[in-house]
Amino acid sequence: MPVISPTDTQASYDAVIVGSGAGGGQVAYLLAMAGIKTLVLEAGRMFDPTRETAMFQTPNMAPLRAERTPDKQYGFYDASVASGWDIPGEPYTNASKEEKRQFAWWRQRMMGGRTNHWGRVSLRNGPYDFEMRSRMGVGYDWPISYDDLAPYYDKVEMLAGIFGASEGIENSPDSSPGVLLPPPKFRAGELLAREKAKTLGIPVVPVHRAILTETQDADRIPKKLHPGNGKAQRLLAENMRMRAKCFFATDCHRGCSIGAAFDSMTVFLRPALKSGNLDILPNAMVHQVTVDDEGRATGVSFVDKVDGGEHHVSGRTVILGASSQESVRILLNSKSKAFPDGIGNDHGIVGRGLTDSVASSLSAQIPALENLPLHNEDGTVGQQAYVPWWKAADQLAGKLDFPGGYKFIVSSGRKMPRLSTGRKYDSFSDTEGIPFGRELKENARRYYGSFIGIGAQGAMAANKDCYSEIDPDGVKDQWGIPVLKFHWKFSDDELKQIADQQRSMRSILEVLGGRISRSYEDDPLAGVKVGGSIIHEVGGAIMGSEQTKSVTNPWSQVWGVPNLVIADGATFPSTADKNPTLSIMAVAWRAADHLMAEMKKGNV
Amino acid sequence: MEMSEENSGNSTRRIDRRTALKWVSAASVTFPLSGGESFAAAVPAGVGYGPDPDLTKAYQPGELWPLTFSESQRSLVIVLSDIIIPADDTSPSASALGVPDFVDEWISSPYEEQKGDRLLILKGLDWLEEEAQRRGADHFVSLSEGAQLTICQDIAIEAKKNRREFPGSFFYTLRNLVAGGYYTTPEGMKDIGYRGNVAMVEWNGPPTEVLEQLGLSPQE
Repeated sequence: MPVISPTDTQASYDAVIVGSGAGGGQVAYLLAMAGIKTLVLEAGRMFDPTRETAMFQTPNMAPLRAERTPDKQYGFYDASVASGWDIPGEPYTNASKEEKRQFAWWRQRMMGGRTNHWGRVSLRNGPYDFEMRSRMGVGYDWPISYDDLAPYYDKVEMLAGIFGASEGIENSPDSSPGVLLPPPKFRAGELLAREKAKTLGIPVVPVHRAILTETQDADRIPKKLHPGNGKAQRLLAENMRMRAKCFFATDCHRGCSIGAAFDSMTVFLRPALKSGNLDILPNAMVHQVTVDDEGRATGVSFVDKVDGGEHHVSGRTVILGASSQESVRILLNSKSKAFPDGIGNDHGIVGRGLTDSVASSLSAQIPALENLPLHNEDGTVGQQAYVPWWKAADQLAGKLDFPGGYKFIVSSGRKMPRLSTGRKYDSFSDTEGIPFGRELKENARRYYGSFIGIGAQGAMAANKDCYSEIDPDGVKDQWGIPVLKFHWKFSDDELKQIADQQRSMRSILEVLGGRISRSYEDDPLAGVKVGGSIIHEVGGAIMGSEQTKSVTNPWSQVWGVPNLVIADGATFPSTADKNPTLSIMAVAWRAADHLMAEMKKGNV
Repeated sequence: MEMSEENSGNSTRRIDRRTALKWVSAASVTFPLSGGESFAAAVPAGVGYGPDPDLTKAYQPGELWPLTFSESQRSLVIVLSDIIIPADDTSPSASALGVPDFVDEWISSPYEEQKGDRLLILKGLDWLEEEAQRRGADHFVSLSEGAQLTICQDIAIEAKKNRREFPGSFFYTLRNLVAGGYYTTPEGMKDIGYRGNVAMVEWNGPPTEVLEQLGLSPQE
C-alpha cells in the first residue's frame, strides 16, 4: 500500500487517520504494524527528509542569508514547507486586538507534521502534572496518572530514540533502565552554568532529546516493542538500521537526512508503509467527520488541495491527529442530525481548555567565556542542558504565589553565525560611534560565543478565557471551511510565574557574572511570549472521567462515539512544564492499544 | 464543499495589491532626490521564493529577483563594505567575500520586511554622494581614504546617538547588513571563531585547555 491520490482510496479502511505528525504518525505506525488496514490523510504534501533537508548549507547559500520571511517563517533552512503562523488562504481570527491576548497558530502542512521542525526536547510529564486541580486548585486533573503512561513513555523512547540521563528529580521521572541513549557531553558554558547554579541550589542536568547519540539496538528493541509479531519486528529492525547516529553538526530544525533526529516520516511512516497496511493520502484537507444515524463515525470528508474537489473516505474507526486546534476545528465543523453543535460537543466543551507553555527568556554576556580557545561547540546542535523544576517542595508548602512549575533550557557556545551576529556586540563598545572596521572585527572575535541564553517554559492550567470556537462571523478559508477564532488571556497565575522565571534566570546569570539584557520581573506581561509562539498549544478536546465535563474518555475516545479517537494534544487537560510531543506520542500509543483491543472485541 | 464567493478568489498570491500600493506610496511621498537614478527602482520588481522553495540548492544574489544597484552605487557599496569590514592579517575584506552583492539582494527583496532597508540604503547612498560633493569631490569613492573614513565616523556617531534618525539610521543598517553578511560566509565564520558544521564521529565536549581556563574539572 502506497502514497495515493483521492481517486485511489479503498472502499473502506479499518482506520482513517487525520494527520501524519506525532499523534497521527504514532497511531498509523502501531495499527499498520498490527495488520490493520489504515489510511493517513495529510493536509500538506509528501516530504522526504533524506533528500529535501538542508544539512551543511551555510546562510550565504540561501536567499536573504536564510532569515525569516513570510514564506519561511522559521527561517529558510527550517524543515517546514508551506507552513507557518500565517498561511495565505488559511486565516484564523482573534477575539482581542491586544498584543498579549493574541493567539498565534502555527500550521505544519506537510507529511510528518510538526515533527519535522522541532528542537526534539522530549521530557516526560511527572506525576504532579496529571493532578493540577487536586494539587494546585486550578484547571483540571487528568483522568489518567503517570503510572498509566509510564510504560508507554518507555516504549516511545525506545522506538523514537531519546538521549538523556536518569537524575532522580522530583516530578521529572526517570526512564526504565536501558531505555535512554547516553546524553552528549556539556559545552563549556553549560559546565560553567552547572557549576555556578549549584551554589544557588539550582540543578543543571542533561536534557532529553529525540536524537540518536548511538545507533539503536535493532536486535533487542523490536522484540520488546512487538512481542509475537515477527513481521513488525523485522520491519522495525530494518528501519532502525537505516538510521545513523548523530554526526554532531547541523541544527535539528533543518530536519535530518541521516535519520539521527526523530521525525514521523523517518520513524513511523517509513516502516509502516513497508508493512503493506498503510495508504498515505497527501494534500487532503479534512474538514468533517461523518456519522451515521446512530452517531457512529463513518469516515471523513476532505478537500483535495490539488484540484479543490470534495471527497469522502469511509472507515470503521476515525482517528484525529490533525494538531490540537485543527482537530478542534474538525470536531466543531462536524455538524449532523446526531450532533447539531459538532461531534463531541454535546456539552459545549470542544474548544475549551486551550493551554500553552508559559514562556519567557533572558540572556547575558559572560566575561568568563570570552577568548576561550577555539573549538567546535556544535555537539547535538541546540539544547543539551536544562534546569528541571526544582521548587516543587516549596510550591507544595505554599511558599510560591503561582501554581505549576517551569523548566529552563540553557543554551551556550559558538553557534553558526546569523545575520544578527553583525550587530550583537554594540553595547560592549565604548567608542563614540557604533563599531565598524577593525574594532568591529576585534569585538566580534572577542564576544562571539560568550553568551548564555535561558529559555523558560512553564505549566499552564486551563482557564475560562483561553479557548477556540468556530468564527461566529462566518469567516472561511480558501476551501470554504469555517475557521477558528481564538480567545486568549494570561491569568495572574501565568504572570506571577513569568516574574518568578525572570527572577530565577537573573539569579543564575548573575552568579555567572553575566551582563544581562533587560529582564521583566517587574513587567511580566511584557516578558511573556505570545500564546502559540512556542508552538506547544494543547487542549480543546480534553479527556476526563465525566462525560459532561470532558470531550473524550481516558482512552481518548470521544464520549458517545467510541470509534472516534483523538490522538494529538487536544486531549491534554493542562500544559506541564515539559514539552508536549513525547506525551502526545505516549498518550496516542495508549489510545491505539485500547482501540485495537476494542476492535478485536468487536466493540468498535 | 461549496466555495464561498469571497474566499474563492486568488487569495494565495504573495504580493497582494494592498501591499504593492503601500510600496508605491511609500516610495513616492518620501524624500526629494538628487541624481534620479536611485528611485527608478523604488518598488522591487520581483516576487518571493514562495512557501515551498528547494532548501538544498545554493542561491546566488540576482537569481530569484532582479538586483537594484547601478554601477556607481555598486562601486560605492564596495568601498563602504570594506570600510566596515576591512581585510586584516587573518581574514579578507567584505567585498572579497561578495558581501556587496548580498546587500543588493537584501534591498532588492520583494518582501515587505526589507522595504524599509531598501529605501534607507538608497537614500543613504545618495546622501553620501551629496556629502562628498559638499566636501569638494565628484563622488564619495574619489575622496581620499581619510576623508571617506571621517564621514563614516561622523555618521557612526550619529548612529550611536540615535539609530533611527537619518543618516545614522542608514549607517547602522548598512553596517548590520555588511557585518552580518560577512559573518554568515564560511570565511567570516572562520574569522569569528566558529569551528562547527563538520560531521564528527564523536562529540567529546570542550578540550582540556578550555576547562582549565574556566577552572572546571574534566567531565566523566
